[in-house]
Amino acid sequence: MSTETSAMRALTLRLQDEIFAVEAGSVREILDLVPITEVPNAPAFVCGLINVRGRVVPLADLRVVFDMARPKPDQDTRVVVLEVEIDGEATIAGILADKVHDVTDIDAVLIQDAPRVGMRWRPEFVSGVARRDGGFVIIPNLNRIFSVQGSRSVPLAEERAA
Amino acid sequence: MSLPDPTETFRQEARELLEQLEAGLLDLERHPSNTDLINSTFRALHTIKGSGAMFGFTDVASFVHEFETAFDRVRKGLSPATPDLIAIALDAKDHVHTLIETPQSAGAEGEAILQRLRALVSGAAVPAATPATAAGPAVASVAVPAPGKRWRLRFTLPKDALLYGTNPLLLLEEIRAIGPCEIKALTDKVPALGDLDPEATYLGWQVDLTADDPAAAIDDVFLFLRDGMDLSLVPLTDEAPAAPAPAATAPLAEAPAAPVKKRAAKAEAQQPAAAAEKSASSSLRVPAERLDELMDRVGELVIAQARLTQIAAQSSDGNLKTIAEELERLSSGLRDTTMGIRMVPIGTLFSRFRRLVHDLSRDLDKEIEFVTTGEETELDKTMIEKLADPLVHLIRNSVDHGLEPAAARVAAGKAPKGTVRLSAVYAGAEVAISVTDDGAGLNAARIRAKAEENGIIAHEAKLTDQELYQLIFAPGFSTAKEITALSGRGVGMDVVKRTIDGLRGTIDLRTRPGEGTTLTLRLPLTLAIIDGMLVRVGNGRYTIPLAAVEECVELPAEAISASRGRNFLDIRGSLVPFVRMRDIFNTAGEPDRYQKVVIVSSGEGRVGLVVDQIIGNYQTVIKQLSKLHAGLKAFSGATILGDGTVALILDTVHLVGMGQAYEDKFKAETTGRAA
Repeated sequence: MSTETSAMRALTLRLQDEIFAVEAGSVREILDLVPITEVPNAPAFVCGLINVRGRVVPLADLRVVFDMARPKPDQDTRVVVLEVEIDGEATIAGILADKVHDVTDIDAVLIQDAPRVGMRWRPEFVSGVARRDGGFVIIPNLNRIFSVQGSRSVPLAEERAA
Repeated sequence: MSLPDPTETFRQEARELLEQLEAGLLDLERHPSNTDLINSTFRALHTIKGSGAMFGFTDVASFVHEFETAFDRVRKGLSPATPDLIAIALDAKDHVHTLIETPQSAGAEGEAILQRLRALVSGAAVPAATPATAAGPAVASVAVPAPGKRWRLRFTLPKDALLYGTNPLLLLEEIRAIGPCEIKALTDKVPALGDLDPEATYLGWQVDLTADDPAAAIDDVFLFLRDGMDLSLVPLTDEAPAAPAPAATAPLAEAPAAPVKKRAAKAEAQQPAAAAEKSASSSLRVPAERLDELMDRVGELVIAQARLTQIAAQSSDGNLKTIAEELERLSSGLRDTTMGIRMVPIGTLFSRFRRLVHDLSRDLDKEIEFVTTGEETELDKTMIEKLADPLVHLIRNSVDHGLEPAAARVAAGKAPKGTVRLSAVYAGAEVAISVTDDGAGLNAARIRAKAEENGIIAHEAKLTDQELYQLIFAPGFSTAKEITALSGRGVGMDVVKRTIDGLRGTIDLRTRPGEGTTLTLRLPLTLAIIDGMLVRVGNGRYTIPLAAVEECVELPAEAISASRGRNFLDIRGSLVPFVRMRDIFNTAGEPDRYQKVVIVSSGEGRVGLVVDQIIGNYQTVIKQLSKLHAGLKAFSGATILGDGTVALILDTVHLVGMGQAYEDKFKAETTGRAA
């Protein structure tokens, strides 16, 4: 293990024009796009539910968190089913990816903390940035994102209507 | 498959036996001279002792032994089963429970309990009765001095004793504990090797025993084996001290035979205890997780079958349709059977509360008649477990807050003894569990004062009595003038409400000042699978639990045009508020031309849900929503439809609440305008 800790085995995926890397160990499976059930009044980040082998799994869209455009799914769109911790509780969730690339090892020395300034996004949602093939790979802090976004209270339409 | 841990098996068995013991003791309090009850209580103790020793729970075995010794005097009719004795016996039972479940936490209180127990059964005279001499002074007074009396015991075990788990070594060990003895094996019945069945018992034993009166003690050793075995006990007169022998022989020689005959007679007359034993022998212990797993599988099967049915319906293949129908019938049968396995009579839960009421009655010095009905009503096992705490709260509240002290009751012209009734009945696809007391009823003025004090409502708030009563379910509400150890910490009723909501149940409250209060919990029969009505709102499909659906009507034309007016429907003369699901869900696009209203009810309230289309009825396997969507109160879960997509299940309780809120607001406005 000691030699392997110096590298992160990561699944890389594309969201719009950015490459993201998620811990490969937490990924359960990668699915072609399945029918998504919209959840009315849910936060935009987790506005859908999907059926993963008889299991009802929330589907999250990281593009909401990173303020990206959300074009319609195309033939490259995939759902990455992974395990995240929401407030310390392990939960299975799916995330949308515009395209899934490959599983790769990212050398730990190449991973740097997210820059405090000069980044478009909330620093707490990015746990690191790695340099790769002349570009950058963003390592999102999924546990943090899910904990914050999932519990974010939204004004419920039903309460307005009542 | 791994073998179950024997210690765990013992624990489970002991738990059941302790429950039996407790029930027996509580019954005994009412019928102190019922010998059948005394005997079944004694048997429970004896079994715990025996299996405790077998599984290495020596502390349990030795404590129960002393307990049993003391109780033996009750069995022999030497000491009456007084309420005080029952109370201490219940404490002793609790101690045994502690010894079994968490031995490390059991302190020295055991000895104190035993002291009190002994003191009670012996009047004052006999101090700590030791095991061997416990047989009782009645016999001892006849067979007086002779401490060194010798007896010859000969016995052979039933042939299949080993098969049933009897360990002769342990039996001999127990005999050794009675007194000094010489044991000799009788090998004359052992056949030649060729004829020998390795699993049968051929050996007999001859024991020369020195003891005062071993008959009863020996009888206890063989308590469970007497049916198929030969046993004889004769005094060895040849070398015994001569003098008292003739006097003693008469009763003692009879002794081994007599109790057996008595027991046989009793066995026939034996009522519930025997029935329970019988049903236990034909039942099977299965870990709950395996049942859950089975339920999950059946759930998947039901979903797959629904898909097949859907595909078959679109096809013109007759064979496919036949198979689909056949499978539908089979899977719904399998579903019902599987759910049936999980169903447990609620009586198991009710019996626990008898103890609670018994203790409360003593602690609060209120005389209470506790009546239970509908014990045979069956509910999903997990549901029963989750109901225990809420019911404890409700019963405590009834006893503590509901029932007045005897003096106040007499002053109000009621019997001094209060009654708390716990009942369960089926009501459609629901079970209604009620806790009723004949106490003072809720005091609306006091609730109001308390709620204002706690800042739950504003001073000028206009509330009906019924609304005030509902405030007792608000978090942080408690009307007890002083906090008692039993209730009144203000964590009770809101927890009850939340638990019941979590079980998709509702709470009704009825109270009449001076006459009492009834709280009724309405719960679905099962948590896992329901029949659902599938509806469409915009492009989304949603499931409504069919049990909550009262009827479906078309949305009248005038209601469509009055989009923001009075949202009420006239359902056969009564006004029912309705909500537009399209508004609630912010659905885009134009509504269907002919919208439908599904009238759902929950408890007393009704609400109409306006939907675009009613698709049909489907069996629905309920899946919990993840934490990410837990904040959405309009949904109680999700399910997977026949085509594999996910549909959300509407939370009717919440929606009815919304309708009610709307109705109240509307009423307040109209009365405000009129004033």
